[in-house]
Amino acid sequence: METISSYLAHDHRRCDEIFAQAEEAAAKGDWQAAGRDFAQFAAAVRHHFNMEEQVMFPAFEQATGNTMGPTRMMRMEHEQMRELFDQMAQTVRARDAAGYAGIAETLLVLMQQHNLKEENVLYPMSDQVLGARQDEVIGGMAAIEEEVAA
Amino acid sequence: MGLSGLSLEQAPPILVPLRFFLTAPLFLLLAALLLLAVGPAIFVSRWSPPLLALTHLFTLGFMAMVMMGALLQMLPVLAGSPVSQPRLVAGLVHSPLVGGVLLLGSGFLSGRPLLFQLAVVALASSFLVFIAAVARSLLRVPARNATVVAMRYAVAALAVTVTLGLTLGSAFGWQLSLPLLSLTDLHASWGLLGWVSLLMIGVAYQVVPMFQLTPAYPRPFTRWLVGGLFALLLLWSAGAWFGGWFALPAVSGLMLGLVLFGATTLYLQTQGKRRRPDVSVQFWRVGMTAMLAAAALWIAGWLLPALQNHEAYPVVLGILFIFGFAVSAINGMLYKIVPFLVWFHLFSRKDRKGGVPNMKEIIPDQAARRHLFLHLAALLLILAGVAWPVPLVYPAALALGLSAVLLGANLWGAYRVYREHISKRS
Repeated sequence: METISSYLAHDHRRCDEIFAQAEEAAAKGDWQAAGRDFAQFAAAVRHHFNMEEQVMFPAFEQATGNTMGPTRMMRMEHEQMRELFDQMAQTVRARDAAGYAGIAETLLVLMQQHNLKEENVLYPMSDQVLGARQDEVIGGMAAIEEEVAA
Repeated sequence: MGLSGLSLEQAPPILVPLRFFLTAPLFLLLAALLLLAVGPAIFVSRWSPPLLALTHLFTLGFMAMVMMGALLQMLPVLAGSPVSQPRLVAGLVHSPLVGGVLLLGSGFLSGRPLLFQLAVVALASSFLVFIAAVARSLLRVPARNATVVAMRYAVAALAVTVTLGLTLGSAFGWQLSLPLLSLTDLHASWGLLGWVSLLMIGVAYQVVPMFQLTPAYPRPFTRWLVGGLFALLLLWSAGAWFGGWFALPAVSGLMLGLVLFGATTLYLQTQGKRRRPDVSVQFWRVGMTAMLAAAALWIAGWLLPALQNHEAYPVVLGILFIFGFAVSAINGMLYKIVPFLVWFHLFSRKDRKGGVPNMKEIIPDQAARRHLFLHLAALLLILAGVAWPVPLVYPAALALGLSAVLLGANLWGAYRVYREHISKRS
């Protein structure tokens, strides 16, 4: 039985996988693959953010009556990560392997810490708080479409 | 609701952990200088005062220094529970620790009781503040997380280690008549197998999957290993102190637990989604291998009593565990924590305009790799130096000293990047 936790955690793993692929391609200097993989990675993570920000967080905030709590912190971190994606996109365009590697490493630590907090605290709380509406929330998230980068 | 840690308002100021990390390499350098000064005689026996001084330069001056700084930084993120008054706590922990280690080392080298007395006072105050501050944080958090649980056990083991250490120091300082050999064995075991191992394991549960995108450690592991090891340590202590048949099985259990941990970590690292060789990962591989080597040596010693009775046996065990395992793993962690901390503090500034150097610009890979190479050279030379002290102690000391200089340069370089950018307004 799928819970909100398992659904979103599974998506974290999916994003990790694509991250590693893109990083490998950029390190090897295979810029065609790197461009493609990075675009896929960015799309996957943005999609994940959208699922959270458009469906899960609002549901959580409504149920707890609190918009200034953990979801606010998570939204702020999403912003930080979006900024790093932009920087990474620049390094792909410039074929800057060292730049890509450095920002990727930084994003990885930031992202992993963020995911840890979600998986250890926010997601379990959501399972509890939104348990009754679980299927509805998951359905809402599944309906969010991944935007293919131009 | 405890989800603090990554926002700038809730993370401790950068110098709270950084003062610990920046001081640690200096103690490695001191260790090298001591090795150079004393020369081949140092490895004669585990009880030689210079070796005791050297050991504590490593265990307190480097290892405890970094681990305590890291805990003061990590607790907010992992436990969602910041240490209150972080600057004050850091100051009250760090300064007496530095003074205490220097006094303790001097005490061992000179044999003067006054130095031991002062060391005891300094170290007692440092650890008292640290354990009190950290325990408060750890107890406030529901034990949801295997790493937090491991940290609790590790800090408990630290309390035991410190109590035993202070007792021993007092014995030297105030000429008390105590069973020094038994107390030392207990002190070393609680320190290495308790505090160091349990904290490393707890940290590994998070960082190995985090940095290499490996699968998580198996659930039975994360549920039982740390608590099990702690219980075995208690059992062994009772057996060693009161004399019981269960002392040997308890130690065997401890070794088995550590071997399982080392082997599992090495295995997980082969399953990482990130394939690129990463300096931190390589430091950890060295660390796990050294730990397995130490365990293998321990088992060999148990099977061959002649080996166990050799004077050099505990020395080699100590080198493998302390320098091979702990220092290696800690170096690996430093190369992630320090660049990320600098980046994070620069990136999160409210008045930031524009980009910030990334982690690999803060500490370049090449610089870290040079340190790794020297660290390995030092490890191999020190080990060889036990077997052939007469020529090899000197190149060992040199390699150790150079590795300390490189580590220091890398970490201070990162701090310099921070200082340069923090004053920039655009």
